[in-house]
Amino acid sequence: MSVGLAHYLVVAALLFTIGVFGIFVNRKNVIIILMCVELMLLAVNINFVAFAAHMTVAPGADPLAGQVFALFVLTVAAAEAAVGLAILVVYFRNRGTIAVEDIDLMKG
Amino acid sequence: MLVTLTFYLLAAVAVMAAFMVVAARNPVHSVMYLILTFFSAAGLFILMGAEFLALLLIMVYVGAVAVLFLFVVMMLEVDFVEIKQGFLQYAPFGLVMAFILFLEMVLVGAAYFFGDSGVPDTDPEVSNLEAIGSVLYTDYALFFEGVGLVLLVAMIGAIVLTHRARDGVRRQDVGRQVARTREAAIKKVDIEPGEGIGP
Repeated sequence: MSVGLAHYLVVAALLFTIGVFGIFVNRKNVIIILMCVELMLLAVNINFVAFAAHMTVAPGADPLAGQVFALFVLTVAAAEAAVGLAILVVYFRNRGTIAVEDIDLMKG
Repeated sequence: MLVTLTFYLLAAVAVMAAFMVVAARNPVHSVMYLILTFFSAAGLFILMGAEFLALLLIMVYVGAVAVLFLFVVMMLEVDFVEIKQGFLQYAPFGLVMAFILFLEMVLVGAAYFFGDSGVPDTDPEVSNLEAIGSVLYTDYALFFEGVGLVLLVAMIGAIVLTHRARDGVRRQDVGRQVARTREAAIKKVDIEPGEGIGP
């Protein structure tokens, strides 16, 4: 049984689900939530690369478009991690905690 | 066969590690499992024939983002009671991680060189790196610049957010240094014998 597109999609779906699950389950630490966002972005990247690898190239289409877009997603994910962690550092400096339960300044 | 085996191993490790990111109690462990997840995903990328993205994933995530996460975890962590129990306790954990990573690298390499990856190669003469390089700076040049802008904004944003102006810090003021004259800096004092300089 050879490995096809569906296999990769299932892995990506599992990773994405775990990411969403982690965001909801986590009550202690905002950093874990950021990691879960990274997991979800990774799942999206796996989807992009899988589709790029398995698509039948139509005339005029670029077989590498998926990979290039995954590259851009990767860059945005890195930028997001940098800014998110910077916000976290500033928040910890001001409030002294990063527990999810204690972040209730906006009464959400 | 080898490819199938590698795929299932990588996928299983990736999913389990991703679950452990969520389930681990210690945030440092979470970061380690995140690294493992990304490493396995990089293996999957190689199986799909996207070598450049796989290496980029390892470099950007394991090399930069995970280290950033580790820095922040260690900087911010509030209750580190459980981590102060010595190094030896974590040695088996680290060894297992290292062994899994090593196994994955060997398997991916073997599957890449000896197995049929199942991915239709568009052009076996052109490597993935070459192919991406040929379109990234031509067809996608505008997007590439945009991504560079995103990174610039993120960099400036992170610096602006975390920068903190401290008072009480002595700084070099070149203008004042240059404007100093001999007359302002040196004072001639005529000291009487046995008196010394006054306060």
